[in-house]
Amino acid sequence: MDKTKIMMCRCEDVTLADLHQKIDEGYHTFEDLKRLLRIGMGPCQANTCGHLIQRELASYLKKPVTETRPHKSRPVIQGISLEAIAKEAKK
Amino acid sequence: MNRRVAIIGAGISGVSIAYHLAKEGMKDIIVFDKGYFASGATGRCGAGVRQQWGTETNCILAKRSMEFFEKADEILEYDDTVELKQEGYLILATTEEEVEDFQKNVVLQNSLGIPSRVLTKEEALEIVPHLNPDAFISATFCPTDGHLNPFKMTEAYYKAGQRMGVDFHFFEEVLSLTVSDNKVTEVITDKGTYTVDVVINAAGGYSKEIGDLAGINIPVYSENHEILVTEPVEQLQGPMVMSFSKNIYCQQVPHGSFLMGRTTPNQPKGHDISSSWQFLDAMSQTVCEIMPLIGKLSLVRQWGGSYNISPDHQPIISRAEELTNFYMACGFSGHGFMLAPMTGEIMADLIFNRPSSVIDLSELSIERFKGKTEFDIEKSVV
Repeated sequence: MDKTKIMMCRCEDVTLADLHQKIDEGYHTFEDLKRLLRIGMGPCQANTCGHLIQRELASYLKKPVTETRPHKSRPVIQGISLEAIAKEAKK
Repeated sequence: MNRRVAIIGAGISGVSIAYHLAKEGMKDIIVFDKGYFASGATGRCGAGVRQQWGTETNCILAKRSMEFFEKADEILEYDDTVELKQEGYLILATTEEEVEDFQKNVVLQNSLGIPSRVLTKEEALEIVPHLNPDAFISATFCPTDGHLNPFKMTEAYYKAGQRMGVDFHFFEEVLSLTVSDNKVTEVITDKGTYTVDVVINAAGGYSKEIGDLAGINIPVYSENHEILVTEPVEQLQGPMVMSFSKNIYCQQVPHGSFLMGRTTPNQPKGHDISSSWQFLDAMSQTVCEIMPLIGKLSLVRQWGGSYNISPDHQPIISRAEELTNFYMACGFSGHGFMLAPMTGEIMADLIFNRPSSVIDLSELSIERFKGKTEFDIEKSVV
């Protein structure tokens, strides 16, 4: 298994090797890993990678998955153009 | 020196202070943070670093900090990069009052060695062609201002501190401070009790509460400031575009996304950092007015973070007069990230009880507010 060829976050091109390196440096939550690797910051907003990474965190740290927190969900639910919002806001 | 130093808060101020004290030979430094790495205001900020300020204090702190950022990767021997992008801040004047104020600001900035200049509307449009020419009168520009990655900058200090033996305790919350004989003697957290010789409050949004634990009334409060980010696109805007009167800052980060924020008027004081549709409506309308092209982009995420606001919108980097060993770095009013290198340097000057080579320390002292109700306020703030 070549960890540099396994994609964990496809929006931001983060591989399993990248993830393991940061976990080894001591970052053990989705939130700090997100800030340093950009996992979950792309268009899918962790809807694709979130649970995958949560499971990998648990397995790599040898913890039950219930002890790793899911990622924080933030608005918006899906991308929308700023001008569309501005137009509606003016009404 | 074998004094034990406790720093409360591992945001940019806390890690910079830890680095500076360790570099000067302090051996027993513990940094407490109640959350994860960069969970507070640092990790939520707009990633801008500028030197165009309206007060001498802020200009000096910002310029000296920028000189550090320019060499941060090498100085801190960082195994990554802090992503400094110096393509300037373009600050728009949209009222006659701003035109006049900004001219004075540029004179002040130039006198302190900051290479800012006044631009006509046409010159500004050459730098950012997609500006709406009807939305502003003139502008000021400083080419060495720009962008810096808050997570990476914090990690660079954090790793440098770790290599020098600084002990970082994340997910450990300070619950109380024991004070006796005008000194803080113990830090009590949810995980243990620590005997200490020096305590430094770098708790950002929660610095007032940490002051209260030591019986020190710090005249700061916290306020939610919201921000949003768009999808990444090809490089189309060099500088941060900012307007105080229109209430907007907006820049394209190296990754390609546009980050933008504004102040929500009449925001209640407190620790709420949630996202609102009111912000989204106002932000979208503002950016569409000033830069219609950017309105075509889709936003992907919004969030909030705390500004810790002081009475004159300038930092408090100070020892508490009433206690011999309790220090604070707070009240940055939204700009703690870009001033952090000097925060660490000045805190080291205070702790080693020597005059600072950066600035007259009384300018940043908490004592400056005592008995005063009117202040020389920094107006160059969004």
